[in-house]
Amino acid sequence: MSKIFIEVTAEHYIDGSIRPLTIKWEDGRVFEIDRVLDVRQAPSLKGGGLGIRYTCRIRNKEIYLFDEEGRWFVNTI
Amino acid sequence: MNHTILHVDLNNFYASVECLYRPEIRNKPVVVCGDVEARHGIVLAKNYPARALGVKTGEAIWQAKQKCPGLVIVPPDFKKYLRFSKLAREIYADYTDKIEAFGIDEAWMDITGTEEIFGTGPVVADIIRQRLKEELGLTGSVGVSFNKIFAKLGSDMKKPDATTVILAEDFREKVWPLPVGELLYVGPATRRKLANRAIFTIGELAQRDSKDLKLLLGVWGETLWNFANGRDSAPVRLSGENNIIKSVGNSTTTVRDLVNNQDVKLIIYVLAESVAARLRKHGFKCMTVSISIRNNELHLCEKQGKLRAPTFVAGDIATKAMELFKGNYIWDKPIRSIGVRGTDLVTADAHIQIDLFGTVNELGKEALEQTIDNLRKRFGYYSIQRCAMLLDPQLTGFNPKDDHVIHPISYFR
Repeated sequence: MSKIFIEVTAEHYIDGSIRPLTIKWEDGRVFEIDRVLDVRQAPSLKGGGLGIRYTCRIRNKEIYLFDEEGRWFVNTI
Repeated sequence: MNHTILHVDLNNFYASVECLYRPEIRNKPVVVCGDVEARHGIVLAKNYPARALGVKTGEAIWQAKQKCPGLVIVPPDFKKYLRFSKLAREIYADYTDKIEAFGIDEAWMDITGTEEIFGTGPVVADIIRQRLKEELGLTGSVGVSFNKIFAKLGSDMKKPDATTVILAEDFREKVWPLPVGELLYVGPATRRKLANRAIFTIGELAQRDSKDLKLLLGVWGETLWNFANGRDSAPVRLSGENNIIKSVGNSTTTVRDLVNNQDVKLIIYVLAESVAARLRKHGFKCMTVSISIRNNELHLCEKQGKLRAPTFVAGDIATKAMELFKGNYIWDKPIRSIGVRGTDLVTADAHIQIDLFGTVNELGKEALEQTIDNLRKRFGYYSIQRCAMLLDPQLTGFNPKDDHVIHPISYFR
């Protein structure tokens, strides 16, 4: 189990909050984030690291997307 | 009034943070260790597997390796630790504004009077531990008590991830049986002195006559007696209040042992420049310079002397430090580390008594130093240096002002 850093498109709101819209996988495929279910600060116990954790639903799967001080990553299996 | 004071101690702080970032080493024995090449190779922190094998904080890395062959050694990353420390502080700040940091991984909080809002001391302690785990991935042990000393003692009693409560009603049963060395400010020297008087536990210390202790240990005797009896009344400082600077100092363990006056002079100049730059940054001048010297057998000695006039000029501080050194050190052993410190601070814009017979243009020197500050700010630390630094670039190739960010602090301020 490790983590990979990925590209993200996101909306930045006036109050400083961020909503990620799509993520770009390593192979170039772009996935739309259907829904952000939860946002909180949390450690990534599987991949290592600490940041703002977005629980996202992508194609009916829930994944954790982390924003660690401006660098985004997901855990890989 | 009875206070409710919490002391939070983040367990194995450096090692925990490193393990959080590297899940693959989490279950192996891990130590965070300084750079061996630069002779900073001592164990700064360890995780529980390493502790179980008998690795101790402060021992040399080769000793630790002997104890466990598969040891994972991680270099320290202070930026990361400061970030976690700040985030932990933000959690504490949700419960009180009275937060006093004690080093990077410990803090006291005074939550007196908030029982109706957040719950009693132990409840808040448990919430904080839970949040540390969920939001930072760290564990902390919390001591809850009616004074700072016992709160700290409590946080040391059960580790990791536990709450210990010491009340005014039961501290005699809980605290007194503990060895006296557990008490804050009872180090090896004091412990030896106390052992000579058959004082081995905190209870035995508490039951002695405070006057006898004063004879034995000086003012410390009374202070420690008060600690042991739960009579410490020092307040938890407000979070902004703890930055009253009393002295500015830097020290370094050099890459090789120093063997002559010139070596020492080079290092003293590097340190003095850093001390002077930090004094200027905070708008202070110092009246007294003190130096500390540790020889290669780790024996430490300190000397201090007054300046003719307050200064934040590196040259003046270095000259004084060098004078102290030459007057006190007899080169029986090579030197391992040196520290320079400016104390008796006055504000830099205070009026000063100008030396009646002085000929040197003090203001000119100050302007020169400020110009150097500006140059370094714009073009980097090594853009301008004293010529002497080039005599041994390896020895002087460090920047104490910016390389180090963590300064030890004292309980008594």
